[in-house]
Amino acid sequence: MIEQLSVQHLLGIKDLTKEDIELIFRTADNFKDVINRPIKKVPSLRDITIANIFFENSTRTKLSFELAEKRLSADVVNFSASGSSVSKGETLVDTVNNILAMKVDMVVMRHPEPGAAMFLARHIKPNVINAGDGTHEHPTQALLDAFSIREKLGRVEGQKVVIVGDILHSRVALSNILCLQKLGAEVMVCGPVTLIPKYMSSLGVKVEHDLKKALAWCDVANMLRIQLERQDIRYFPSLREYSMLYGLNKRLLDGIGKQLVIMHPGPINRGVEITSDIADSEHSIILNQVENGVAIRMAVLFLLAQMRGI
Amino acid sequence: MPTKSKLIFNKELLAITIDRLCYQLIENHDDFADTVIIGLQPRGIILSKLIFDRIQHIQPNTQIQYGELDVSFFRDDFRRRDLIVPSANKMNFIVEGRRVVLIDDVLFTGRTIRAGLDALLAFGRPARVELLVLINRKFSRQLPIEPDYIGKSIDTISSEKVKVNLNPEIEEEGVWLISEE
Repeated sequence: MIEQLSVQHLLGIKDLTKEDIELIFRTADNFKDVINRPIKKVPSLRDITIANIFFENSTRTKLSFELAEKRLSADVVNFSASGSSVSKGETLVDTVNNILAMKVDMVVMRHPEPGAAMFLARHIKPNVINAGDGTHEHPTQALLDAFSIREKLGRVEGQKVVIVGDILHSRVALSNILCLQKLGAEVMVCGPVTLIPKYMSSLGVKVEHDLKKALAWCDVANMLRIQLERQDIRYFPSLREYSMLYGLNKRLLDGIGKQLVIMHPGPINRGVEITSDIADSEHSIILNQVENGVAIRMAVLFLLAQMRGI
Repeated sequence: MPTKSKLIFNKELLAITIDRLCYQLIENHDDFADTVIIGLQPRGIILSKLIFDRIQHIQPNTQIQYGELDVSFFRDDFRRRDLIVPSANKMNFIVEGRRVVLIDDVLFTGRTIRAGLDALLAFGRPARVELLVLINRKFSRQLPIEPDYIGKSIDTISSEKVKVNLNPEIEEEGVWLISEE
């Protein structure tokens, strides 16, 4: 078993080995114990300063990273693009270098451009953690999703997971596919033809356009949100039609005659991709995913910080 | 580098010493009503389990609360020395107002115990904390920490190592002092 990560930055699942992911999970097990104690804080990162730089809106991820950092006792500075000098024409590297001049050790960044985190990692010394770069990757979400499957079903290997919805615009989908495959799960994507990129089959992923068939095949269904804000053209006639064909509801689940684990990375559009009774049912692990997100992010921060000299 | 090893405890002496430590604990803690026994991960665990089992054997009607504490996230050498690999915590109780006996195999610099005291505070404010160690390496302390119960105190220099084996499945139980020739 390895004791340190093979990477200096967490830019995407693509760069991680199976052993890296297993190390992150083992460490997250310890942190899950920590965050369920009466006193949820440990002093490991007390001499580390972390900048959370968000060029795109985020509620869950930003909050989750900030809690993870604070529970590790790191000093935290937050930066949002709205109301900053980015709107005055400053470049990404200039913005970040200005923040780094204030002696920051690690950077967590979300950015609308694919590859932004990789670009940043090439130009600065601190460890970079990608909190989502456009439609490319969202590694910590994929890690927490796989960790939640492992927690619920005991292991990830051999599980059949279907990712349903807007695959084309989803960084969660790509990171999830890579992560689940590295851990030995079988992955299927399901959605309208227009929302499934052509390269999907080259990733070794099954493609299905009939939700009922996809559900009958899988053990776990990960429902994605339709990202209307990223859709520059109309990919399907109406939300109502999408919901009728690709929305998860009780009637559909009852019809397949087996128990599935239901996941959603949030934010949920209730009544579109999933109905309320399913989202709030005992088979849904949506809130476990949120809790595990903090443990996973603590593990990633701890393991990356550990590789920094003093 | 060739090394030589000197036997400190053989199997029989080890059993006698652990027995003695158990009786000392019983003398001071009576029925263990307010006392919890906590082993420090990773290397104090086998000793703490042995002591826990032995006390229950000597006093069969005693109910003792037992926990295992991992100090990894509280260490002061994070990013400074070897990689820190965390172990599991087993603490199903809080220590608020209780008497705590911390157990580790070897006391050397005292830094693990300092981290242990910090880690313990996450589970409440104990009324009193005592320290039990099998081997006390004298003259090597870097912090003002001394044990309350000692299996044996030995004089060592920092380049020497103390090897403790309490698991008969690995090799015969015993304690050795390993030094360079």
